[in-house]
Amino acid sequence: MKTKKLAGIFLSLSLVAGVLAGCNSDSAGSNASEELLIGANLELTGGVASYGQSIYEGANLALKEINKKGINGKQLKLVKYDNKSEAQEAMNGALKLINQDKVLAIIGSATSTNTLAQVALANKNQVPIITATGTSPEVTVTNGKLNEYVFRTCFIDPFQGTVAANFSTKNLGAKTAAIYIDNSSDYSKGLAASFKESFEANGGSVVTEEAYLQKDTDFRATLTRIKSKKPDFIYIPGYYEEVGLIVKQARESGIDVPIMGADGWDSPKLLEIAGKDALANTFITNHYSSGDPDVKIQSFVEAFQKEYKGKKPDAFAALGYDTAYFLAEAIKNAGEEVTSENIQKALAETKNLQLVSGSFTIDENHNPIKSATILRYEKGEQVFETKVNP
Amino acid sequence: MEIIQQLVNGISLGSIYALIALGYTMVYGIVKLINFAHGDVFMVGSFVGFYSITFLHLSFFPALILSMVACAVFGVLIERIAYKPLRNATRIAALITAIGVSLLIENGMIFFRGAQLEAYPNDILPTNKIDILGVTVESKSLLILGVSVALMIILQFVVHKTKIGKAMRAVSHDAEAAKLMGINVDNTISATFAIGSSLAGAAGVIFGTYYYKIEPLMGVIPGLKAFVAAVLGGIGIIPGAMVGGLLLGVIESLVSAAGGSLWRDGVAFIVLILILIFMPQGIFGKNKREKV
Repeated sequence: MKTKKLAGIFLSLSLVAGVLAGCNSDSAGSNASEELLIGANLELTGGVASYGQSIYEGANLALKEINKKGINGKQLKLVKYDNKSEAQEAMNGALKLINQDKVLAIIGSATSTNTLAQVALANKNQVPIITATGTSPEVTVTNGKLNEYVFRTCFIDPFQGTVAANFSTKNLGAKTAAIYIDNSSDYSKGLAASFKESFEANGGSVVTEEAYLQKDTDFRATLTRIKSKKPDFIYIPGYYEEVGLIVKQARESGIDVPIMGADGWDSPKLLEIAGKDALANTFITNHYSSGDPDVKIQSFVEAFQKEYKGKKPDAFAALGYDTAYFLAEAIKNAGEEVTSENIQKALAETKNLQLVSGSFTIDENHNPIKSATILRYEKGEQVFETKVNP
Repeated sequence: MEIIQQLVNGISLGSIYALIALGYTMVYGIVKLINFAHGDVFMVGSFVGFYSITFLHLSFFPALILSMVACAVFGVLIERIAYKPLRNATRIAALITAIGVSLLIENGMIFFRGAQLEAYPNDILPTNKIDILGVTVESKSLLILGVSVALMIILQFVVHKTKIGKAMRAVSHDAEAAKLMGINVDNTISATFAIGSSLAGAAGVIFGTYYYKIEPLMGVIPGLKAFVAAVLGGIGIIPGAMVGGLLLGVIESLVSAAGGSLWRDGVAFIVLILILIFMPQGIFGKNKREKV
């Protein structure tokens, strides 16, 4: 008897709760006419928290600016979720944002891995996800199939190799190049392959391809071999830990030709290991430079520093900022009825949008066609060198 | 010219292997134990050197000496705490303990300071390039080679001309008989650990100044390579460790020079396998009849 009574109480309680929940979702629905909800599924804590934090700061600043004018009389509201830098949590975050918060679109995670964890959910629920900095080609095209609802604001890995090849042949006049690859990283191999292809297409020849493994410390023997081939230019698409040592040991072995790398170099540790003298005459490709004299970039840097107490925006912040504008533009162009499907169409049709990290057209693989920035190390500082268009 | 340059590279690398290999070989010679924690003593030495240069603002030689002293103490501590209680246990028990000590030091280091890398300052030693007939030699690698050779000569002197050296040779020859002759075997073993570990500490500082980057797991690969070097030269034989180390360094450089940079580590271990199959006594070893 007693249990039945209890069950009755539970039943009626849950009914009331259900009604209340219904009320809640109703009021949320009426709110939606004023506020458009977008999600941010970012690495706010954990291993790569600095990436997620920067993206959030950039996106937040952009939304503040956008909401001053509003989009067709509506305000954008950011619902953030901390995925703790873990793929499983990123997936949970996407589920929560889509099913509970019912966001229109999600600003996806900083790393390719964490974004990939949400790709299936985005496609299934037809909610667009835009990653600011997930550079792996896999993110938008998995196994040769386009992920309809996934976009990105950054260029993809192989593009940096192409840019480096064009820069070395056109700006530095290099005819011969050596490539030194981190054989334990797909990132490095991908960049090296696209560098080689473009360098040879530009009429140059790759005189030697050498490889190392992560955690190696002695590069002198291989560098001596590279030196004997007398290349005009050396391309090292690796990460800062080994690259710092390689550049240092290269200069000590008397190699003074230009050395170039990619965004994997971008860390203060590089300077610590290699030292500022060894870094002279080295270049990297990156998404953006706060030292770029472009008016759009300078006004962004100024606004960012005003908002965050003098903090200099890094590439992640700039891409987070751009991601919010990219999304806002699509919402504006989504037509009368702002639905996830319409936003997806508008995102895919984005053309010549002027953003901080360059002019922006989405190609058939949902990757932006945009310029890359080349930075030069001078006295240990990154200095803006030039911008290379695709 | 390239080949001479590669020999110079190989000898610089090899002299570091040789310094570590000496510790392996001395300890093996006296207690028949492969001290796998030796590579981690090398790592600790490198960090002591780093902190004494950055925090105590010492220059290269004082840092080297401080690191050698610290490692000597550390080596004796390891011996007293971990190995001495197992003096009469089976050799396999001591070997497993050595691996355990190695893991303890590595992970202890990560626990106390984190796994992130540290970079030696760039300006500890002057970096001048000296051109000799088209071969670029860094002044630093000459200095490092000089320090290594000097340490090896001092070691030879200690082993052959001093009382403790005589005791070490006696214990290594026959510990029981040495004890009967009134030699304090425990102290002699501790002295061996102290000397071997101080050489590893020196190698650590030299490694840091030559290769800059240090981290808690840096001792693993050089430790294994030094072990290969010790076996190559004939384990338990001091000149063998020196020659084995230098030879291994040169072999590695030549493999890289031939374009096989990814094969470098592989070749080092192939050398170990070949030596163990065809010449288990090593280059300097005498063929001893095994007691069955």
